[in-house]
Amino acid sequence: MSEVARSISLTVNGTIIRVAPGTTIAAAVLLAGEATRASVGGEPRGPLCGMGICFECRVTIDGVPHQRSCQMLCIPGIRVTTREVTEDSGGPATP
Amino acid sequence: MKWSIDILVVGAGPAGIAAAVTAAEAGQHVGLVDDNPVPGGQIWRSGAPLPVTARRWQARLDASSVVRLEGWRVFDCPEPNVVRAERNGFKPAHPDAGIDENRDCAELRCRALILATGARERFLPFPGWTLPNVMGAGGLDAMVRGGLPIAGKRAVIAGTGPLLLAVAAHLAARQAKVEVVCEQAPLSRLARFAAGMLTEPAKLWQGARYRITTRHTPYRTGCWPIAAHGRDRLEAVTLQQGRNRWEVPCDYLGCGFHLVPNIELPDLLGCRIEDGFVATDALLQTSVPGVYCAGEPTGIGGVELSLLEGQIAALAASGNVDRARSLARQRRRRLGFVRALQQACALDPQLRELPQEDTVVCRCEDVRHRELHEHATWRQAKLHTRCGMGPCQGRVCGAAAEFLFGWHAGSVRPPLFPASVSSLVSPREPALADESLVAANAFHENAKETP
Repeated sequence: MSEVARSISLTVNGTIIRVAPGTTIAAAVLLAGEATRASVGGEPRGPLCGMGICFECRVTIDGVPHQRSCQMLCIPGIRVTTREVTEDSGGPATP
Repeated sequence: MKWSIDILVVGAGPAGIAAAVTAAEAGQHVGLVDDNPVPGGQIWRSGAPLPVTARRWQARLDASSVVRLEGWRVFDCPEPNVVRAERNGFKPAHPDAGIDENRDCAELRCRALILATGARERFLPFPGWTLPNVMGAGGLDAMVRGGLPIAGKRAVIAGTGPLLLAVAAHLAARQAKVEVVCEQAPLSRLARFAAGMLTEPAKLWQGARYRITTRHTPYRTGCWPIAAHGRDRLEAVTLQQGRNRWEVPCDYLGCGFHLVPNIELPDLLGCRIEDGFVATDALLQTSVPGVYCAGEPTGIGGVELSLLEGQIAALAASGNVDRARSLARQRRRRLGFVRALQQACALDPQLRELPQEDTVVCRCEDVRHRELHEHATWRQAKLHTRCGMGPCQGRVCGAAAEFLFGWHAGSVRPPLFPASVSSLVSPREPALADESLVAANAFHENAKETP
């Protein structure tokens, strides 16, 4: 099978990215040269822990915000957007 | 969805896999829940060639009757035999539904619970550590295994512990340009640790192989990063060794100061915690009857010890006490390594000077060092600054604050992780049947599923 046939294509902030199967969404965002989230103070942030603990890799996937991209694998055709979600925009409940 | 089984294992790293496989092979109906998309945990993460031991255990897992809930995250444990988990992510088929409608929640009931929740890296704040492309050492490794191209990229690996050399070796094998490995511990202490390892030739040999792979990379001891620089992302790191300071241009910094056990779930269940680790008896039962703990939460000891502990806990939980006792004797002989590793990785007090006044300590809430050091306790700091109150719930800044200020995190409360409101209110029948549960119930015809 050719490399292209084996690749998954998705968009990150509108740019088409091709990745191999098994690639995490966080890796695809880094591959696109994008930060994942904007901090409360507006700083760009990228993944830190790589294992679903730090929540720095949160992105919006197909319109659903606060997705931990390091624990999710790329699926063909998904639309990933980054750095647009701030803390007060109705994220999941925290105690 | 409500679902009953004999033994539920939380965490699918080496300890959890060994526990689940051993219990299932002993005839138990076993569930294995993990928040990652594939089993293996951090040390056996896919995306790189796995050691023979890992492949053997994975094959046994694949051949077993263990029911796997992959990509499910445990967020509450209202009773020792009731676990609530939510499925990570979203259902692409329903993009227009609200986020709550996109989540699956399950309530899992079990006779015995084995907690194999693993460990995370300890991160210490320093100027610039919030720049994109500054990650944990294990974090960078996870990104590379997850598909981040690293060939030709310049990386600096720093922090403390055996993980640094393992990560450097993996990146070097992938043609990364590993500029330097910085270990905070002094050479004298590492030499003592290595001398003590003569009884563990396999570990010494592994270390030697890592060093051979990274032979073109300087390995500096008593050395750490004091600042990361860059505009929108990392461009260079300033390192310090004794009185020397110099700058190293790089694309990635992987920096982690050894490991912190994930004890939130055992803590929530009321398991006794001693010196930051879960206290157990010789057969790994915690202070809560029917709740066992295996792997790093009982003490950071690496893969071999985790495998042993997973098996002991599973045998004890399934009533095979004699076999559990015999493995427990093997475990006792390995506990010296846990203590030796902890001593070798003890943090240099100078690392407390790393954060400057305006360095962010709590990344979730952007709380800076100057806002924190006026407070006396973790609780006071939380109430006044929101430090530790963001989505990570202090998993990153809590361990840092413990080292920087000597604060101890307070009690753990549910939800352990941010969960959707519908999951918090009550577990309900999911809109779509979950394939893994359907398969499970087909396999175990005697499984009792209650509406």
